[in-house]
This record gives sequence, structure tokens and C-alpha cells, in this order.
Amino acid sequence: MGKPTDLVQGTLDLLILKTLSLHAMHGWAIAKRIQQISNEVLQVQQGSLYPALHRLEQQGWVKAKWSESETGRPAKFYSLTAAGRKRLETEAADWKRLSTAINLVVSEV
Amino acid sequence: MRWLNQLLMQYRMLLFRKVADTQLNEELRFHLEQQITENRAAGMSKDEARHAALRAFGNPDLVRENTGATWNWNGLDQLFRDFRIGARTLSRTPGFAVVAILITALGVGGSVSLFTVVRGVLLRPLPFPDSDRLLTLYERSTPAAGGGDFPHNQVAAGVYAAWNGQNTSFSSLALVREDSADLSASGGQLPETLNGAHVSWNLFPTLGVNPALGRGFTSKDDSPSANGTVVLSSSFWKRRFGADPAILNRTIYIDAKPYTVVGVMPAWFEFPDSSTQLWRPVYHEFPDRVMSAFDNHMFRVVGRLKPGVTAEQATANLSVISRQLHDSRLDNPFVAAAANSRPLLENMVGDVKRPLYILLAATVCLLLIACLNVANLLVARAAARQRELAIRTALGGARGRLLREHLTESFLLQTFGGTAGLLLAYGAIAWFLHTRPDMTRVGAIHFDGVVAAFTAAVVIFCALFSGLVSAFNMDDSRLLSALHESSRSHSASGTRARLRKTLLAIEVGLTVVLLMGASLLVKSYQRLRSTNVGCITDNVLTMRIKLPGKRYKTPGPAPANFFETLLQRVRALPGVEAAGFVTGVPGQGYMGDSGFSIVEHPPLPRGNGSLAVYRSADPGYFAALGIPLLRGRTFGDNQKLDQVNEVVISDSLAKKFFPGEDPIGKHLHLTYGNKVRVIVGIVGDTRSEIGEAPEPMQYHPLFEGDENSGTLAIRSRQDVSQLALPVQQVIQGLDRDLPVSDVLTMNQLLGKSTLDQSFDATLITSLAVLSLLLAAAGLFGVLSYIVAQRSGEIGIRIALGAQREQVLTETLADGLRPALIGLLLGLAASAATTHFIKSILYETQPLDPAVFAVVSALLLASAALACMVPAWRASRLDPVRALRME
Repeated sequence: MGKPTDLVQGTLDLLILKTLSLHAMHGWAIAKRIQQISNEVLQVQQGSLYPALHRLEQQGWVKAKWSESETGRPAKFYSLTAAGRKRLETEAADWKRLSTAINLVVSEV
Repeated sequence: MRWLNQLLMQYRMLLFRKVADTQLNEELRFHLEQQITENRAAGMSKDEARHAALRAFGNPDLVRENTGATWNWNGLDQLFRDFRIGARTLSRTPGFAVVAILITALGVGGSVSLFTVVRGVLLRPLPFPDSDRLLTLYERSTPAAGGGDFPHNQVAAGVYAAWNGQNTSFSSLALVREDSADLSASGGQLPETLNGAHVSWNLFPTLGVNPALGRGFTSKDDSPSANGTVVLSSSFWKRRFGADPAILNRTIYIDAKPYTVVGVMPAWFEFPDSSTQLWRPVYHEFPDRVMSAFDNHMFRVVGRLKPGVTAEQATANLSVISRQLHDSRLDNPFVAAAANSRPLLENMVGDVKRPLYILLAATVCLLLIACLNVANLLVARAAARQRELAIRTALGGARGRLLREHLTESFLLQTFGGTAGLLLAYGAIAWFLHTRPDMTRVGAIHFDGVVAAFTAAVVIFCALFSGLVSAFNMDDSRLLSALHESSRSHSASGTRARLRKTLLAIEVGLTVVLLMGASLLVKSYQRLRSTNVGCITDNVLTMRIKLPGKRYKTPGPAPANFFETLLQRVRALPGVEAAGFVTGVPGQGYMGDSGFSIVEHPPLPRGNGSLAVYRSADPGYFAALGIPLLRGRTFGDNQKLDQVNEVVISDSLAKKFFPGEDPIGKHLHLTYGNKVRVIVGIVGDTRSEIGEAPEPMQYHPLFEGDENSGTLAIRSRQDVSQLALPVQQVIQGLDRDLPVSDVLTMNQLLGKSTLDQSFDATLITSLAVLSLLLAAAGLFGVLSYIVAQRSGEIGIRIALGAQREQVLTETLADGLRPALIGLLLGLAASAATTHFIKSILYETQPLDPAVFAVVSALLLASAALACMVPAWRASRLDPVRALRME
């Protein structure tokens, strides 16, 4: 991916927030999970994943903690903050509205 | 709570950035390892797994940078990094850095120091409360009303009294007159002559100043019958009386009369100028007949406007009063009919305004030249680093980033240069204060916040200017072509140095403007100094003598006897060729004039009067100073005291008032004192002020006993300054307590009165020479660079048979072309701007063709000299070595 457009960046944020809504994960796991759930359609590149994660952290939607991963090595685990949860709701609602609208236009014969 | 998290993040990013960096590395490494593990689990070999993972990962540095870019304080971090890199790069080429810093220091130092002077003298308001409400008031004398053409004439005391009593626009009006004061010896201290002022009692309240010690004057002090009172200046009190607080109510002797010290002014106070050391009440000093006259324009008036009144309204108000005075005294032609005013600040600094601004413009020129020079150096540096920049761009360096680094380097250079320049300015100001303590408001010149802000602005401007201009060349196509260039191809584009030549042309243009200004000022000053003042100026010594009024009452025999004996004894000294005494020698100033009418002529219409500069001289004065006696004779020996009835006039007086007839034998009727004098001689014109046209002058016999101060002039055949001590001893022999002041040769005296012009000329000439050096150095640098770049090409040409002379002339022409263009630009600019200095030029036209020619020749010669060395080197190239060194 080159420089992500606004749409793509916002969407990536949504995906990450949703993925983290279940439990804390590190970056690798987030990418893998998104790939899995989307049936291998969405392949998140490292070049966009980590900037997005760090931006979310700087803005306070997620918080991070270093702890032991499943392999025994230390990894940085991200989790949603309370504000992050609220943001997830609003972002999801926005996405729903947007995608419905696009669908309406596109399926218009 | 989100804001709390954000705050924590900002805190962490600011102070623990290194930790965050390490952690990010760890994070990315973990991701990579997971990918490798997954690949291996999918069946790849160890190396394959690693390669696949890395490929998928992309450029780790780029990922790291992009992630880091999302952090807070990223901008600041980038800035620090740029500065570190910039400093490191500069320290690798210390020679370049030092040269650039020095040049910047020169430009910044010059402009900051001159700005400090301008700010202190011209821009800062006077230190009095509401100083914009203070005006200086004048009488407006016209030939029809008031005699002579003096729109800003001094005020007569009687007129002041009328103004004071009848005006409705001023809360107070005060009188000021400068005078010298002879302090008698006391408490082991020698007698000395000081500058002082006679003021009306309400001067200090008008200005809004209270004495630091004691009190000011009251109206009771300001009368002829009061006891003498005096207020001292702070510096005088410290110097002479050791800042002794017991000075109050002590009596000191000024002009042999007792004065009680009633107050000391604060240290910052100076009025009317910095040389005034004491103030005395004016009505106490001058007799009633002087203070009630309406036609002796002796005083200056300062007034404070009432709230809500404008200067125009106030002036009109005073003009009405003046008109009434004039109309009720129509038989006195020297009573002015109107008033005039100027803000007090303007009155004090009006004379130096234009020269200072011109000097400021010149230093700004120097600043621009320095900037251009530094820009040129930066361009040269960038050209040398083209390959490096090209590679960095190819590796993904954003153009904005490279530009930012370039600007940072420029900024670092300019900051160091600016700091050095500030130190230079500090030194320059100290030197200025040392050499020109006579400059008005010199006490107000010091560094303050505004100067610091100006320095910062100048540094930023220079940094942006040099940085941006020199970055012009950095466009992508050029950079990539630098990579294409192999050592064998000699494409002309990189070696034409077009940008540098343009910069150089502008530099040369500015230098020409400075040179023009300097040459005009120098020529003007030479004309000024070589003006014939009308008398002999070589080996003539002058000194001022003032006889205290108490012991030498005027009018009376005491002064006359003193002067007569003095002249006899001085003339008898060995080495003295001639000596004379006069109230004012040529070049010493206008001093005063007096009205007269010609008895034999029909009376002038009512309200018109004739004026001529007034001098009192001894019979031998004209011969002593070599003022030619054109017709008739000098005063006779019988011209003493009451017997005096002769007058000698100057040539211009004869021509102006006696056109076509012989003035000898005719009579002048003096307005003042109602005396009649017969004209016995006509002498050559002299200039009372150098640079002014000679005015009609009337000389009256000194031995009338009417004057008690003047200048003694001694002429000798050899070095006259050796006679200073013997003459002073003669004076001491006549009167032990008599101080002598201003012991100067005639040349020194004239030099003093032209000090301003010589100072300006010297300063601008040094600026012009500096800029010429900078421009020449720039030319030298550019041409050397071109020759170095083209050495291969030149080598080939010489090998193929080109004549060395041809190479020499071609290289020379290449270097001289920007100089020539710059010269033309500069001449055009000079033609447009030199009329600004017209007002300070003396007998010199701003578009003087001779000066234009000289400056052009000088510039071309310097340019040719600067280009000669590289051109010579080019023609002497060994083609084999040149080609081998590619």
C-alpha cells in the first residue's frame, strides 16, 4: 500500500478497534485475526498497521502494555480504553450508514 | 479520561523518546519473528522463511519512520535531528563555516549597531512625561515683518512675556538660552568653563521633571533682585563635588558672582543638550532692558500644550499675539508678526535625521551584500555535494526534507554569525559613543528589547534569504542528471553556475550604489573643507576668553583696557607674527546680527529693516587673519570708549546695500543703542559658517568696551600650537582667575564644525570598501569554481591547439560579464537613489558624471584583478594533468 487515503485509514482504525474489542492482542495477532475473519480478503500490511496502532495509542483510543506472549517473548499488547469503546460504536455506526448508502447507489440500476 | 491518556502519552514521548524507539524496534522484530515462524511452519527453509518474511515486511526503516511520525512532538524531534545533522556537516568543513559566519557577523553587526543608534536618537520618545505634548516655539521673521528670512527665529524676551501672559493653548511656556559659565577656583579645584543654560523658573515643571536632590526654581528666584541660585547636572555634581549631598545651600562662584546651589537634576536628564552642566534663572542673569525688548531674538521657548489643543491651534494662537505686537510697533522692523512651532524631539534631532537614515540604508546594503555572499557560498557548497544529494533523493529522501536540512544549515550559520555580529555591534556602539559624545541624545543609545527583536528578525531574514535562494538549484531533474554524468562527459549545465553569477551581479550592483554614495560624500566633504572661509587658516591659533561681568562691567573701560593690554603683550611674544581679537572668527558660527539703517538713503517703508551679522574687532584683527582690506582703512587709534564712531563693513554688505556707489564716508544708524557710525573701510567676505554663503557683516571697534567675550587669534610663521602655553601664561599674568576655553588651531576649529560630514563620509567609505572586498572575493570564488569544473574541457581545448591568451581572455570575459551587468544595474540604481542624499551634499551634484566614471573604473579594475588569478590559472593549465585528474 502507498500512503493510505483517508477512507482506508479510517476503515483500518475501525477494523483494529473491533478486533481489540474482544480482548487484548499484539500487532501480529491483530493482522492475523483481521485476515482470518475476512476470509483472507483483507491483508493488512505492516507499513500501515503499526502507524495506525501507534496513532490510536497517541490519541488515547487504545492503551498498550508489554507482557509475555504465547511464544515466551515479550510483546506489546494493545487493548481498548473506555473512550475507545465509545469510539468503536460511533465508527461502526458511521460505517454502517456509509456502506448502506453506497450499496443503495451501486445497486441502483 | 481520554485526555489523561493523551497527556500521559505526550509526557512519555517528550521525555522518554529513546525508550519508545527501542520498544518500537522490539515490536517490529517480534512481528517479523512471528512471520518467520509461520513461514517455517508452512514448510519453507530457514533462509527462505526469512527472505519471504522480509519481503512481506517491506523496508523496516520506512515502517519505523512512518510509525515514529505518528508520535507526539514529532516536529520537535525532527527539528533537533536536523540541527544535529547540520552542525555535524558544518563542522566537517570548518573553513567554509568560519568564512560564512564572519561575513554574516559583518552584515548583522553593522545593521544592528546603526539601528541601535537610530532607535536611541530618532525613534525613542524624549524621556519626559507626555513628551509629544512638548513643542519648541519660534518667531517667524520675514523680510517684510521681523527682518531677514528666518522662519524658525529665536524669540525675543518681550515677545515671550506677551505669549506667556496672553496665550490660551499652553499649560506653561518656558525660556531657554545656552551660555557658557566660568566656574571660579574653589576647594582646591581649578577654574573651569562649562556649558550651561539660562532658563525661566518654570522650565523644569514644563518638561515635567523634578530634581533628584533639592528643589528647582521658584518664581521668586527668577528676578533681577533675587539671590543667585543654580541647579547642577548630576554628572557635574559627581565630577566636581564628589556627589556630596551637602552641596545643597552651598555657594559657588560662577562668572565671579555667588550662586546658591538649590538642586541637582537626575542622572538621565539632559536639556537642551548633553553638554549642559548647570541651569540659572534667566531673569536674574539679564538686565531688564534685554528682557523687555521685542526685537532681540535671543531665546528659545519650550511649551507644553494644554490637553485637547493641537500644535496648529496653539501656533495660530501665538501668531495672533505676535501680530498684535508687530502691528503696535510698526516702526521697529524686527518684531515678527507670526509664530512657528516644531515638536521638541524634532527640534533636537532634526539635523541628524537624514544623515542617520542614510547611514542606516548603507548598512542595510552591506547586510544584503553579506547575505548574497553567504548564499553564494551555500550554492557553491550545494554544487559540490550534488552527487550526495542525488543519491539521497534516489534512496527516497523527500525533497522537502532535503530543503529543510539545507535551511537548517543556513540557519545555524546565520545564528552563529548573528551572535558574533551582536558582539561586533556592542563594540561598534562603544566606539561610536567614544568618538561622538557630542551627538544629540547620545545618552539614549543603548541595547534594549527592540534591538534584540531587530537582531532576531535580521538573522531569520538572512537565514531564509540565503537558504531559499541557494536552494533554487535543487530541482529533481538537475539532481538526477548529476547521477547520469560520468567523468568523461562535460555537460555545460552543471558548470555554467548561472545562479551564482546572478547573485554576484546583484552583489556588484549594491556595491556600486554604496561606492557612488561614498564617493559623493567624500567629494562633498572635500569641497566643504577646501572652501575659502575668507581668511588665513594655516598656523592660526584661536582661544575663547570670557571676562566675568562683575569685574569687567560693560559698557566700560575695563574690558577695553584688558583687551588692549592683552594684544600688546601677545604681539610682543617671540614667534607671534600677528594677533587680533574678535567676537567670533570665521567658522565659529553666526553668533548674532544687528539692525541698521543707512543715513544717506531714503528711509525704508515702515516695517522693513536691514540686518547684518554683528562683530566687534580690534583694529589689527583684519591684518592678523589675512582678511583683505579692499577699500579704505581699518579703525583709527582714537576709536576708544565714548569716542567710537567708526564701522568697517564686509564686501557683501557694500554690494547689497550700496549697489553702484561708494560706501566709504556714508553713515550707518544702528537700531540698537541709537548710534551713528561712519563707514571707514570695506574688507573681504568671510563665512561665519563653513558651507554657508557669506553674509553681510558689520565690524565695530572692540575698544568701545561693549563686549566682554570673544576669540583671540594668533598667527605664526611656524607651528602655532607651540604658542598656546605662552599665550595662556600672558593671560594668567593679566588676570589669575581667568579661564581660557576652546584652544584650537583654525584648522581644528573648522574641522570640528564639519565633524558630522567627515564622520558620515568616513563611515560610508569604509562600508563601500568592505562591500567591494566582499564582491571581489565573490567574483574570485565563482570564477575559480568555474575554472575547476571546466578544467577538463579547457585541457582538451589547449591540447587541441587553443591559444593560451585566448583561454585567458575568454575566462576573463566569463568572469567579468556578471561584474559588468552588476555595474550597469548599480549605476541605474544609483541614478535613481542618490538624490536622497542631495540634502547633505555640499556643492556636489548627485548625478556627477566624473564620480560615475571614477566609480565604474574602480569597480572594473577590482573585478579584473579578482578574475585575473583564476583566468591566469586557466590559461596555464597543463592539459595532460587536467585530463588525468578526472
